[in-house]
Amino acid sequence: MASPTAAVRTKRRADDEHPSGDPRFALIDRTLKRFQYQQDALIEVLHTAQEAFGFLSDDLLIYVAHQLKLPLSWVYGVATFYHFFTLKPQGQHNCIVCMGTACYVKRAAEIVAALQKEYGVAPGETTRDGLLSLATARCLGSCGLAPVLVLDGEVLPRETPEGTLARVKQQVG
Amino acid sequence: MNRADLEAMAQREQQRQQAFGCRILCCASTPCLSSGGQAVYDAINAVISEGGWEAEVQAVATGCMGPCSHGPMVTVQRPGEEDVVYERVTSDVARALVAAHAGKAAAVAPVEHVMPASAPFFAKQQKVVLANSGLIDPEKLEDYVARGGYRALAYALREMTPEEVCKEIIASGLRGRGGAGFPTGLKWDMVRKEHSDKKYVVANGDEGDPGAYMDRSLMESDPHRILEGMAIAGYAVGADQGFLYVRGEYPVAAKRLERAIRAAERRGLLGSRVLESGFNFRIDVRIGAGAFVCGEETALMASIMGHRGQPVPRPPYPAQSGLWGKPTLINNVETYGSIAPIVENGAAWFAEIGTAKSKGTKIFALAGKVATTGLIEVPMGISLREIVYDIGGGIPDGLAFKAAQTGGPSGGCIPAAHLDTPVDYESLKALGSIMGSGGMIIMDEHSCMVDVAKFFMEFCMDESCGKCVPCRVGTVQMHRILERITDGSATPQDLATLQELCMMVKETSLCGLGQSAPNPVLSTIRYFAEEYTAHIADHHCPAGVCTLEKQPVGEWVTA
Repeated sequence: MASPTAAVRTKRRADDEHPSGDPRFALIDRTLKRFQYQQDALIEVLHTAQEAFGFLSDDLLIYVAHQLKLPLSWVYGVATFYHFFTLKPQGQHNCIVCMGTACYVKRAAEIVAALQKEYGVAPGETTRDGLLSLATARCLGSCGLAPVLVLDGEVLPRETPEGTLARVKQQVG
Repeated sequence: MNRADLEAMAQREQQRQQAFGCRILCCASTPCLSSGGQAVYDAINAVISEGGWEAEVQAVATGCMGPCSHGPMVTVQRPGEEDVVYERVTSDVARALVAAHAGKAAAVAPVEHVMPASAPFFAKQQKVVLANSGLIDPEKLEDYVARGGYRALAYALREMTPEEVCKEIIASGLRGRGGAGFPTGLKWDMVRKEHSDKKYVVANGDEGDPGAYMDRSLMESDPHRILEGMAIAGYAVGADQGFLYVRGEYPVAAKRLERAIRAAERRGLLGSRVLESGFNFRIDVRIGAGAFVCGEETALMASIMGHRGQPVPRPPYPAQSGLWGKPTLINNVETYGSIAPIVENGAAWFAEIGTAKSKGTKIFALAGKVATTGLIEVPMGISLREIVYDIGGGIPDGLAFKAAQTGGPSGGCIPAAHLDTPVDYESLKALGSIMGSGGMIIMDEHSCMVDVAKFFMEFCMDESCGKCVPCRVGTVQMHRILERITDGSATPQDLATLQELCMMVKETSLCGLGQSAPNPVLSTIRYFAEEYTAHIADHHCPAGVCTLEKQPVGEWVTA
């Protein structure tokens, strides 16, 4: 339930922008309001925060913990438990290679190895110049088209190591 | 809206659809879209507007039609004629088929792209849960209602008591489609009998099993069916709040479900006073954040409550003490998908499908080394051979079938010798695998079974929530041994230790993840022991996958 102070705070913020001057906080506040500052909504709030900022910085976690009146350790625990949340900034482009069973038996590991060799990043890391983040996923649910990868939000079916490298190079430069 | 309004709405929509001389259904699910489905849909719409055929021809973006590897798929419906299914449609093919079916005599239908309805892929299937999939626009409530949607809910609310609904589900013999196969009706009855001021209904759409995408497809292709099933469940157990937990990797499914909920609430099919009865039922979507363990029911509930997804010991079962300590009914989305047909057609009809102990149909995501991959729904008890060779079209490139993996990281591999086994809960369990949520990966000679076991063990090691020791530590140790076997540094003693560890983790883990994590290892040792010995004793990988570049350390120590 919304505590009285929370209600006051919501009211004040509704008309003027966030004190930090960063409009992205308004998105988080909107989600907080939608769930009436319920602590159960932590995961939903973190989803919104990551969508707005790209990753969950320490400051963001502190902000969310304050707003929901949860200990920071609790918020940090949840943020690190789930794979979906990332605490590190992401690259301009991102490439997610599916490593689900169907993709694995169709040699998706070779695609990861090729990308890793070319860009010198391990899955879960970002290149030094911040251009490309490489990640692997457990299953993207497109097993009929294995091996699958997602390059900047676009699902690419039936990839090969060479084809993928060419596509990524074209996109990333 | 009441029952009469619902009927009227269905009739209106049916008449509207029949007014079109031709309806062109384009698959707009992820696999077809990534094979160029959007261009096909755009081309079809362009041809329709160029020809000025808007009144006669309708293009509809639908959900999954099944044979994903043959995408993009297009189905043409004409009143009084059989549907024609086209595979591997390109923009040019699309233009030709619209012209041909719109009745312009000069144009010839691209027959070489037709997938005949008699093809074993379709003929061997029986669609109950996927009955609407690929035939309706998932974003339109009217489409679902026109095909008899929400009629079962209206019937249950009006003509049945909650007790009768539970009895009907028990009589149907429906078992949980999430994998464990607990009788659904019994679970409902348990929750119904609990006394509490508040009860919850939860749909498990956290399909974490790699290689399975039935739930995603169902949620994306026919969202209202799940909502209707949940509402009937809510009525049967006396709950007024439902949660639909959707995997974080499935944003499209979550968006469609949310839209479907809003559409149903607007028409009075959900929310307060459902269909002008005294029953209230709200559904909220909760989006997961990527944790395999959240498929376990107690972990899933922890996640809904905003906690880390760690399981808690059972009992108490969710039926007694679930979300916020209240009685909670939790079923897989596919289970909810079977409810409306059971209520509508009766338990006896459903019980006729399948085998003595496993009733109804099961959706499988057929993938891996098989000619036609995609989503299939088959009656329980069909043989594995029929699935692989008839529906799947056999193994490509003239290679031999080696094993079928079912149940993902909790299941096992079924070798060629057992191809004629009927696919049901008991038979698969006897073979050391499980039905699981429905992923079925076919492997050929080029798959190394030790490598596959290692793959699943790595998965379980990563996904272990870390709460109980056997799972947290055991999976790491087992993975290390498997790593040694595949890099060539294992000794015969390692295999014995591995088996001992398997038994220990299986018997002592807290939740299903740990208890079933050794299954892939145990089943591959059971059927492919010679591959393990080839790796260890002969330093050779029969499938040619493992590098085996290291030497066992133990040998020169003991020598």
